[in-house]
Amino acid sequence: MDSSLFPTSAEYFRILPEMILTVVATLIMFLEAILKDWQKRVFAPIALAGLTAALVAAIAANGSQGTAFHDMLVIDGFATFFRVLVIAVGMLAVFASTEYLKREAHPGGEFYALVLFCVTGQCVMATANELIMIFIGLEISSIASYILAGYLRDDARNNEAALKYFLLGSFATAFLLFGVAWIYGYTGSTNLMEIRRQLETPGGPSVLITGTAAALMFVGFAFKISAAPFQVWAPDVYQGAPAPVSGFLSVGPKAAAFAILLRTYLTAFAPISRQWVPVLWICALATMIVGNFAAIQQSNIKRLLAYSSIAHAGYVLVAVTANSEIGSAAAMFYLAAYAFTNFGAFAVVTHVARKGERYTKVEDFAGLAQKQPAMAAMLTIFLLSLIGVPLTGGFFGKFYIFKAALDSHLVWLTVLGLLNSAVAAYYYLRILVVMYMKDPEPSEALPPAGPALQIAVYGSAIATLVLGIFPSFVLDFASKAALK
Amino acid sequence: MDSILFIVFAGIAVLCGLNLVLQKHPISSALSLVGVMGSLAVLYLLLGGEFIAMAQLIVYAGAIMVLFVFVIMLLNAGTEPVSKRRLWVTYGGVPLMAAGIGIGAYVLQRSFPSTESVKLGAFQGGGAYEIGKKLFETYVLPFEITSVLILVAIIGAIVLASKEVN
Repeated sequence: MDSSLFPTSAEYFRILPEMILTVVATLIMFLEAILKDWQKRVFAPIALAGLTAALVAAIAANGSQGTAFHDMLVIDGFATFFRVLVIAVGMLAVFASTEYLKREAHPGGEFYALVLFCVTGQCVMATANELIMIFIGLEISSIASYILAGYLRDDARNNEAALKYFLLGSFATAFLLFGVAWIYGYTGSTNLMEIRRQLETPGGPSVLITGTAAALMFVGFAFKISAAPFQVWAPDVYQGAPAPVSGFLSVGPKAAAFAILLRTYLTAFAPISRQWVPVLWICALATMIVGNFAAIQQSNIKRLLAYSSIAHAGYVLVAVTANSEIGSAAAMFYLAAYAFTNFGAFAVVTHVARKGERYTKVEDFAGLAQKQPAMAAMLTIFLLSLIGVPLTGGFFGKFYIFKAALDSHLVWLTVLGLLNSAVAAYYYLRILVVMYMKDPEPSEALPPAGPALQIAVYGSAIATLVLGIFPSFVLDFASKAALK
Repeated sequence: MDSILFIVFAGIAVLCGLNLVLQKHPISSALSLVGVMGSLAVLYLLLGGEFIAMAQLIVYAGAIMVLFVFVIMLLNAGTEPVSKRRLWVTYGGVPLMAAGIGIGAYVLQRSFPSTESVKLGAFQGGGAYEIGKKLFETYVLPFEITSVLILVAIIGAIVLASKEVN
């Protein structure tokens, strides 16, 4: 028998997180069919147990680095970093959604199963070493996201969000697949390392063809990270989707999409970086400008946070443009800080929006500081971190990104990026002003947040502060794991 | 012989493709798509991709097209209403498209010298045996993980189409 047919136990160990997540998600689907309604409370704890086990497995797998399954996957520090990040975001999403689903009278195991599958797809993306794996991981994550965005089937806003997301997302995926097909047709391989070897060969593939393929693939990636000019879907989807799902979509899939963008462009396409760096430069700047200037005009907080998340994708793109090891580390750190911060902000929005999400205007936050000072304080931490104030994760994230950009002599991009973050301060501070200075308008009473939602909010806040006060642990790991 | 077959079926594919866009009635468009899929299958066969050619016929020309026609019949879709075109679209569309295709063809022609072009019938290894061997050795992981993708799609269909909760 050919020994290469059977994977070794080490190879199974390296994909253990994905296996755990898939099994637990399938288990939830199975229980959904046999459990009675009153027993369905167990789904959230089961999902959390699965995510915790996957988190442990992902950390343990870091001890056995290497490729698996004929170089389809690679487990390195970079993969572990993103796997841990997306699993942690998945846990927060489960905490924030439990109460939301109860409040909207829409319980069900499918939601948790879809979150787990979505995280599985993101883990596959984080570890992918092949364009095929990138594509399949991206599709698993995307299809699960489309459904999560439209989970409350009877809500017209949910339907709109899901349909828009699905149509535009499929269109963008087609671009990605077309680029992959070009690369395969021209280099005869879909393995990232092999593509890099081919491109490095003198007299190898023509830059015109590979550059076009890289550009086509970039369209697909840019859509998933909501970079300008492929950002139009983000505000509609984040506004229409259930608030905890918007929080999840704005961080989890985005972090995983950045993981594959970084890996593809810093490994496979590294030899042609002279061609793609200018494209990224323009894209990063456009993304920051579009996001920040559109966010200023928003009155709906979900829409505002959606535009702000576009702007943050722009900052991370600055780090990618730096095209260096420091840039890669800075992007990783920023994505971690941004993930907890932005998810926390959406979790507070989930709470304030109340049943049916009727209170999502910025004005609806008036007097929150008097009514529920703890929640107001948490939202303050998140907003300050989004601005980039010291002692929060957002500060060090921005600091390292612009430092990396300066190290790569991107002076103008740095200056324009810093000006952009100054513009951004305006709309974040506006929320703070409404929250602390304005008297509450007489409206429906705001019931106190339940324990699960509180865990999501406080957990995100603690992570944001830890990354802001003790950044060295995460940053050291990111620097060691950064792609070269 | 090969090139005659290629020209005939490539021609059919392009004509059916054009017809697909130009037809007003969805059923006519769907039937043109069958023509495109079928002639593509012949092209795959000419290139030596036996397995792909069969899969193309069974999956695309067969299953997916039946589904298409079924949905069109079910929705009872009528003739497409003709929208009013802008002037520049009416007169500029065809020349611009021709220019675009011309530039694309020129660039491709220039970047691939004719010596590198495909030789019909030169490729071996597109049979079911070779594909199966690849699929279960090198590409076993993508093959397995695709099942998760399909599972997610099924769950999605159920979530979005199931009966009212209340």
